[in-house]
Amino acid sequence: MKLEGQVRIPSGCAIAAVISKEGSRMSGEMITNAMKPMHDRSNGLGGGFAGYGIYPEYKDFYAMHFFFNDRAARKDCEVFLKERFEIVQSERIKTRKIPAITDEPVIWRYFLSPLKSVLTSMQMDEKEFVANTIVKINTEFKGSYVFSSGKNMGAFKAVGFPEDVGEFYRLEEYEGYSWTAHGRYPTNTPGWWGGAHPFTILDYSIVHNGEISSYDANRRFIEMFGYKCNLQTDTEVIAYIMDYLLRVQKLTLEEAAEVIAAPFWSTIADKSESERKKLTYLRTVYSSLLITGPFSIVFGFNGGLMALNDRLKLRSMVVGEKNDKVFIASEEAAIRVMEPDVSKIYAPAGGEPVIVRLKEGTF
Amino acid sequence: MSVEFVNPEFEVIRNDNRCIACRVCERQCANEVHLFDPDRGIILSDESKCVNCQRCVSLCPTRALKIVKNECRLRENANWSDSTIKEIYKQANSGGVLLSSMGNPNPLPVYWDKILINASQVTNPSIDPLREPMETKVFLGKKPDKITRNEDGSLNCELLTQLELSMPVMFSAMSYGSISYNAHASLARASKELGIFYNTGEGGLHEDFYCYGENTIVQVASGRFGVYEDYLEAGAAVEIKMGQGAKPGIGGHLPGAKIVGDVSRTRMIPEGSDAISPAPHHDIYSIEDLRQLVFSLKEATEYKKPIIVKVAAVHNIAAIASGIARSGADIIAIDGFRGGTGAAPTRIRDNVGIPIELALASVDQRLRDEGIRNNVSLVVGGSIRSASDVVKAIALGADACYIATAAVLALGCHLCRTCQTGKCNWGIATQRPELVKRLNPDMGAERLVNLMTAWQHEIKELMGGMGINSIESLRGNRLMLRGIGLTEKELEILGISHAGE
Ligand code: SF4
Ligand code: SF4
Repeated sequence: MKLEGQVRIPSGCAIAAVISKEGSRMSGEMITNAMKPMHDRSNGLGGGFAGYGIYPEYKDFYAMHFFFNDRAARKDCEVFLKERFEIVQSERIKTRKIPAITDEPVIWRYFLSPLKSVLTSMQMDEKEFVANTIVKINTEFKGSYVFSSGKNMGAFKAVGFPEDVGEFYRLEEYEGYSWTAHGRYPTNTPGWWGGAHPFTILDYSIVHNGEISSYDANRRFIEMFGYKCNLQTDTEVIAYIMDYLLRVQKLTLEEAAEVIAAPFWSTIADKSESERKKLTYLRTVYSSLLITGPFSIVFGFNGGLMALNDRLKLRSMVVGEKNDKVFIASEEAAIRVMEPDVSKIYAPAGGEPVIVRLKEGTF
Repeated sequence: MSVEFVNPEFEVIRNDNRCIACRVCERQCANEVHLFDPDRGIILSDESKCVNCQRCVSLCPTRALKIVKNECRLRENANWSDSTIKEIYKQANSGGVLLSSMGNPNPLPVYWDKILINASQVTNPSIDPLREPMETKVFLGKKPDKITRNEDGSLNCELLTQLELSMPVMFSAMSYGSISYNAHASLARASKELGIFYNTGEGGLHEDFYCYGENTIVQVASGRFGVYEDYLEAGAAVEIKMGQGAKPGIGGHLPGAKIVGDVSRTRMIPEGSDAISPAPHHDIYSIEDLRQLVFSLKEATEYKKPIIVKVAAVHNIAAIASGIARSGADIIAIDGFRGGTGAAPTRIRDNVGIPIELALASVDQRLRDEGIRNNVSLVVGGSIRSASDVVKAIALGADACYIATAAVLALGCHLCRTCQTGKCNWGIATQRPELVKRLNPDMGAERLVNLMTAWQHEIKELMGGMGINSIESLRGNRLMLRGIGLTEKELEILGISHAGE
């Protein structure tokens, strides 16, 4: 049977997220619990989390989380890493043995700082360099897989139900100002850890519920710019699209949302002239990055979150608020677990981004 | 008869019980097949002249006529087919190059028919085009690599001019001269009504049609007929014709007999002189010369109009297209070997060039490998026969399709493949006034609008089935396609998996 990456596997899902605008730190327990009432939206073949602000003591270094098939793969990859980075810290990621999670690979964490000399000789800016390194490792190093690589953030994922994955990774021991979570329902059973979500690139992470119909149009376009969609998942291609639009093309988050969930031409026609010009421009220039088919995503980045639905709103997604906290989930029940006393609850319209940023100065 | 006699291809069967000798067929047949015999009060047929255009069959009031394949055949031979032998007889008679028209009729693989389209089941929903918006609008032209911002931080939304199409189909080049005034009028009117474009071909633009300029692509071919400032100004885009799928590597020849009246004025050449387009453009012997022509045309039109470069699909098409993309062209049009023509040497039509499906797949992939796919739009033609061909072409990577044969079929063409004689009984490929007037441009335009509207519905339905509600998400979406009965190599070139995979 073919593994994820050799074949495209459709899947349904559950997502949840929480952020404190004041930047107050929450342990990973809350988000783990939020996934429990949505148990039936996953089938035990993938769960994962991303936490932001979790490594304050190493916040200036790239935190790279790896899956290695074995020790040899790690040693091999480390030689390569040393050619490009100063390794500030190298450690096994602490896990808890539980019966629900089995067959774990070697799960490792590095805090890294790119070697200035290599950066200059490759004539790349730092982020491009790190992104490029990850693509290289994930494509060329058999048995090594980078699944998280941003600063002061980290992804944690495994084959299993999300609540078990949270327990496995001891998320209650981490504290972050924002968390996202994902439970997966793939229609096929290769059960590969790398295939679980969130998918990340640098500090960007994506959790996604849906199956996009534009996948190959998006993939073939984005691969023109050095990305390689090794996993063949929606989440991966959406993460690359966001990276390309935000980091490479320097669009704002709002503009990026207007590209991937572009309004219908009929809606654009009704807008004011300047809006119309802008929307037409974005839709024309980035037409191949429009995403169709059902999706609800939470896009995490250093300093905030963005939740977005496809323009027809073919997947459920609700948003709740309480004081400085904003909650997002596929189902209201998940929000009620995180905050039983939530003050405002609403379902954002299709294609309408919900962007939450930390208060100025908190980050 | 003698050795020169070539057994006619068709037989005219007249049901005497039905024929009332009204002589309609006699008047309708420009090939003079039917002849009234006053003595016997019956109609006779000279089948040697029949081209099976079905005009008489369609107009006979008592439906007394039938044109069938002549059963009288040479002894069967798998190597020496009937048509091969007859061609030899004809050449032995005339000493000339064989001419024919319309597209390659030989049973070579039609890849469209070996590609199947996907649909959503369970894991994601299909979309009902009757209930939800379904978008087919396309913009053709160069897109910028990077955005720029104004001083206040807002996006600078100036784009190089784009062609806006309501659906990804346009009428491809057919010159005035090769087809009639009424055929051109039909195409122009329909394009305007549909919000798409038609293409003048290389024969200039008749003064009556300047008013359709917004929906017109004006062509500049090697003969440069009818090209002057106002002509370039008149169109929405300018197309440089480097080649044509039906006859790659050769030019065109419109006999002096067709260069009469308006045709001569529009082409800006004397009446009765042959209009010969040379095989190459004599100012383009290499890719850097093409770049110069692209930019001279851009200069002449003040950079307000996209420049299209049209080439025939030939062996090295991917490299050629990549060169064109870097020459400053905004749109590349590729014409496959099955594309139609008003006249082409038979040997060339039937043996030169490659199928558009393979050309498109390799060009699209090459432009992506080089990271320049967004710098240029791709339009493909050369036998796009239906809405599903369009959907498959877009999913392989085209931005839009060119159709011509399908358009003339809508106008009444019965694909008799003898356009080169200028005696088209359907008023399309002819300049004889009594024949031209058989095509009513109001009806012609309406039928073209009908055809395109029907295709648009079908495209939307196919898209909806795949859960795609905007045509741009279909473009290059090869995962939506599967091959059937194709070899590994063919699948590899098409960039698709086999059905069942
Ligand atoms: S050429 Fe056309 S009109 Fe004339 S006999 Fe044949 S089918 Fe009829
Ligand atoms: S255009 Fe006229 S002559 Fe040409 S194939 Fe069609 S019917 Fe025959």
